[in-house]
Amino acid sequence: MEYFVQQLINGLTLGAVYGLIAIGYTMVYGIIGMINFAHGEIFMIGAFHALIIALGLGITTGTWIPVALVAALVGTMLLTPIYGWALERVAYRPLRGSPRLATLITAIGMSIYLPNQVQLLQGARIKTLPPVLQGGFEIMEGGGFVVTLSYLQILIMVLTVTLMVAFTLIIEKTALGRAQRACEQDRTMAALSGINVDRTIALTFVMGATLASVAGMIFLLRYGVIDFFIGFLVGIKAFTAAVLGGIGSLPGAMLGGFLIGLIEAFWSGYFTVEYKDVAAFSILVLVLIFRPTGLLGKPDIEKV
Amino acid sequence: MTDACTHPQTPLLHVEHLTMRFGGLVAADDVSFKAQDRKITAIIGPNGAGKTTLFNCLTGFYAPTSGRLELNHPTRGECLLERMEGHRIARDAGVARTFQNIRLFARMTVLENLIVAQHNRLMRASGFSFLGLLGFKRYVDAETQAVELARYWLDRIGLTERADWEAGNLPYGDQRRLEVARAMCTEPVLLCLDEPAAGLNPRESADLNRLLTFIRDEHSIGLLLIEHDMSVVMGISDHIVVLDYGRKIADGTPRAVRNDPAVIRAYLGDENDEENDNAMPPKVTADPKGGDV
Repeated sequence: MEYFVQQLINGLTLGAVYGLIAIGYTMVYGIIGMINFAHGEIFMIGAFHALIIALGLGITTGTWIPVALVAALVGTMLLTPIYGWALERVAYRPLRGSPRLATLITAIGMSIYLPNQVQLLQGARIKTLPPVLQGGFEIMEGGGFVVTLSYLQILIMVLTVTLMVAFTLIIEKTALGRAQRACEQDRTMAALSGINVDRTIALTFVMGATLASVAGMIFLLRYGVIDFFIGFLVGIKAFTAAVLGGIGSLPGAMLGGFLIGLIEAFWSGYFTVEYKDVAAFSILVLVLIFRPTGLLGKPDIEKV
Repeated sequence: MTDACTHPQTPLLHVEHLTMRFGGLVAADDVSFKAQDRKITAIIGPNGAGKTTLFNCLTGFYAPTSGRLELNHPTRGECLLERMEGHRIARDAGVARTFQNIRLFARMTVLENLIVAQHNRLMRASGFSFLGLLGFKRYVDAETQAVELARYWLDRIGLTERADWEAGNLPYGDQRRLEVARAMCTEPVLLCLDEPAAGLNPRESADLNRLLTFIRDEHSIGLLLIEHDMSVVMGISDHIVVLDYGRKIADGTPRAVRNDPAVIRAYLGDENDEENDNAMPPKVTADPKGGDV
């Protein structure tokens, strides 16, 4: 039982990372109907920004740690979206209206280009951040097993839930969110209602990148080790999460993220750590076979 | 520039020598006409006459091969529509449009459809939305105003009760009127309606006529109307432009156009002088590219 609770906590924090990235996939898919395969790389760049800022400040111990954390968080949330914006502007906008295959190839191209750029600039070696936030609560004990909820995990959950609530509010309540939903349903008509469609799409990429950058920072704090290649696997798993939840659906992406995190945590807890990726991707296969629209996705209704 | 609407000789819309070619096909051939504000100008003609092409040029879907589309905005002055992007035509020139086939945001509520149309004012007031989240007063005020305007139009089209319905679930006639209301929420000076009465029953059609004359009289904007239903055209339009094979063949009051021999020939062929009510061939898409955009 204690072991189960511990894996549940681990799974939820892991799922938070996937959920935050999956939102980026699902929003972009919703608005322009393409899979932004370079989104995982944006996550990786977010992790690097956070690392550079944290190390640049030179604070890894002492009472100033919260300041360093906030600086890293704000910094990466401001810098990483520039990549998201540039990605859309350079790689996707010129191809708008071209066949789907063309944008897919560009997306894959960008997902090869970005890690290579980071590799050139930062080197291929792994980068480490000393654990900055240690300790936590012991919430349960039994059979010699102590269930801990670390401060870091609390921080991750609070951050994730806050961001998810904030973004849901933006989509549901603000003019920008309405514009995004309008573009999603009928881009031409949105333009005729005076909505700047190009700008709305660019802002969607910016928002997705903001969330991915936070996920990057969480990843950095949680594992303390990053390199230029982390974007691939995490990105693919977040994509799986988006498909599992129903691509195009915002709550679906969050749900899918948490589910994939839990599946991974429980699989590594009860079966083998080596095969946790197999477990996650088997889910992708099963979902695609039995429920292609995902858990919360709506079936594609033919436009009249 | 405010005197644009005080000089009756300055038309709201002045189309000059509009030509639109698609390869060898000439969809609009040297079309010139004027439309005034506070007037309903109907564009009629058999299928393939170039009516929807004309609308597509006016609203920025097509860049005309040649010609000049001048819109005299009462406050913002002269706008050349052929040089503007689609969303700027709606935003800066004040031209709104509805489509032959209904294009509401079907998965938004009725009220949201009307608020989305006021997007630009809200975005400006909200500092691009992020500030708005923090509850800045200016944004809240703008939002309240937007809802008020939306409520006003809901009341006009009789959908106040159904404000929270998903737009896609409304009956057909209500969707038509909602589309007109949404276009009006962009606060246009020229409203282009592409077959608004298509598929309506006589009662819905009469409701629509009342709505359109209300807009003309109370909101003093200009309306351009493509319509096949002659009871609508003859009933409410102040001015009629007749197109055939991309060319303008007549231009004048309903009475003058009705008796114009060229018009009768275009609709009914030679040696036939009956009234042209409901004498249209079966409907196919009116523009050469198929569909209306």
